[in-house]
Amino acid sequence: MSVGALWLASGTVLALLALPAVLGSYAVTVCIFIFFYGYLGQAWNILGGYGGQLSAGHAAFVGVGAYATTLLSMHWGLSPWIGMLVGATLAAGLGAVIGGLGFRFGLRGFYFVLLTVAFAEVCRIVTLNTDAMGGALGLYITFTGNPWHLQFQDNRVYYYLALGLMLLATGVVALVERSRLGAYLLAIREDEDAAEALGVDTFRYKLGAIVLSAFLTGLGGAFYANYLFSLQPNAVFGIPLSVDIIIRPVVGGAGTLLGPLLGSLILSPLAEVARIYFTRPGWTGLHLVIYGVLLVGVVLFLPQGAYPHLRRAWARWRPGA
Amino acid sequence: MALLEVVDVRKRFGGLQAVAGVSLDVAADEVVGLIGPNGAGKTTLFHLISGFLPPDGGDVRFGGASTRGLKPHQVCRRGLARTFQIVKPFQALTVLENVRVGALARSGGFRAATRKAREVLALVGLEDRADRPARGLTLADRKRLELARALATEPRLLLLDEVMAGLTPAETERIIDLCRAINARGIAILLIEHVMRAVMALSHRVVVVDQGRVIASGPPAAIANDARVVEAYLGEAYGSGPEDRHVDA
Repeated sequence: MSVGALWLASGTVLALLALPAVLGSYAVTVCIFIFFYGYLGQAWNILGGYGGQLSAGHAAFVGVGAYATTLLSMHWGLSPWIGMLVGATLAAGLGAVIGGLGFRFGLRGFYFVLLTVAFAEVCRIVTLNTDAMGGALGLYITFTGNPWHLQFQDNRVYYYLALGLMLLATGVVALVERSRLGAYLLAIREDEDAAEALGVDTFRYKLGAIVLSAFLTGLGGAFYANYLFSLQPNAVFGIPLSVDIIIRPVVGGAGTLLGPLLGSLILSPLAEVARIYFTRPGWTGLHLVIYGVLLVGVVLFLPQGAYPHLRRAWARWRPGA
Repeated sequence: MALLEVVDVRKRFGGLQAVAGVSLDVAADEVVGLIGPNGAGKTTLFHLISGFLPPDGGDVRFGGASTRGLKPHQVCRRGLARTFQIVKPFQALTVLENVRVGALARSGGFRAATRKAREVLALVGLEDRADRPARGLTLADRKRLELARALATEPRLLLLDEVMAGLTPAETERIIDLCRAINARGIAILLIEHVMRAVMALSHRVVVVDQGRVIASGPPAAIANDARVVEAYLGEAYGSGPEDRHVDA
């Protein structure tokens, strides 16, 4: 990292830390969604962006993390602060099962995509039909405002939590980029046979990537539950959430450190606007059309996402830097 | 004892017996040329030796131990590296990053691997392109990159699958020199090649396969005059007067 980039990063983080002081409550909420989806996108990025293993079922890990944390808290009074680690570990376990099956039997490309979707759908349907997990009604968390229950009166605490998660995941990805894991994942994404021939245990590294990615995503699930206070199977295990997770890094630049954050910065406010204006009768679902158009546009014109272009534009704008 | 011992290996794809019981040895420090017409089973043999395909029968022994059941990455870690006929560069990565993947097979750290990668790039003459993405390289440079990556894994034996195909004579000459330099470092080479000039210049021994079988083997000069070899390549009518030529069969 160059000195300039380090200054820019530190400055941005400081500005984000100071921002809630001047933002209105609604703007804080929008920021929370930007950070949270940036975080989920970053977690997906490890497996999908760097490893090239396209998971379209990451909602499964959010759901497992969210349900585990909430059920542990409701039935055993376990604090979500601890429960989230249990939930994330369970999500990582599910990731290991999906990866173990998919990678052991050499599922690549679309076949792996379908496997991940299938697992997420099974999770959704099982939860829908299990009364002990709230069934179709879902789970509702009683608001106590007790910080030990991961609940806060002040919205700004969630802002800092979401920001912390996003920076945590970005830090993890920055470390991965500079490690054997990162180098091997990129090699696997580019050409799996060539990677094998160069001594890369492709099964082991893909498995490592999905476990790490699922763990972080599961941790995000705990935040989701305790921010929204309600869990519905269709919302946390559903395909729309998986799409929400994927589309940000793809638009921003999959396999780049800042792509998922940039994608979230572009799309999360857009999704919020869509939610407000397109929920009127006759307009529902229009934001999905916007997603579709955007995705086609990105695939056609910016196949590597927005980040590499932004970077080049920045370099042109500041030739001295 | 030979470094690589291939003992009566066989491989069938449906109705095609691609490799029908091939045996061959490569000693440490030796350069062995593997030639034969298209479809003779040369590349299949490479897949069998490098662990990309399991043999139906027979055995591949490397450094005295069978490689049965090993995955390609395990074969690589034992010291047997290969290149691919259709080169497989990691397109989006830089030349240095490409070679570093190979170097990581031996070195503990990222920095040590980067150093090692730079050394290998200097050896193959790609150091001035280290930071360029692999997708922009010419064919000659891509072939060299393929070689550099395999070399970075610090093999005892290199399997080279047509690293000279499609190159100009001048480029071919440079690769021949490079192979000699590699061999001079004590690395054995088994190469599939259609460029006869290169095979004859480099090989200590030449093995000829046709229709999945070894039909001849011996020093290059003897092979060039072997009637069975000429027949396999050119048909009976041309069974006389073999000479130094490109056979792009």
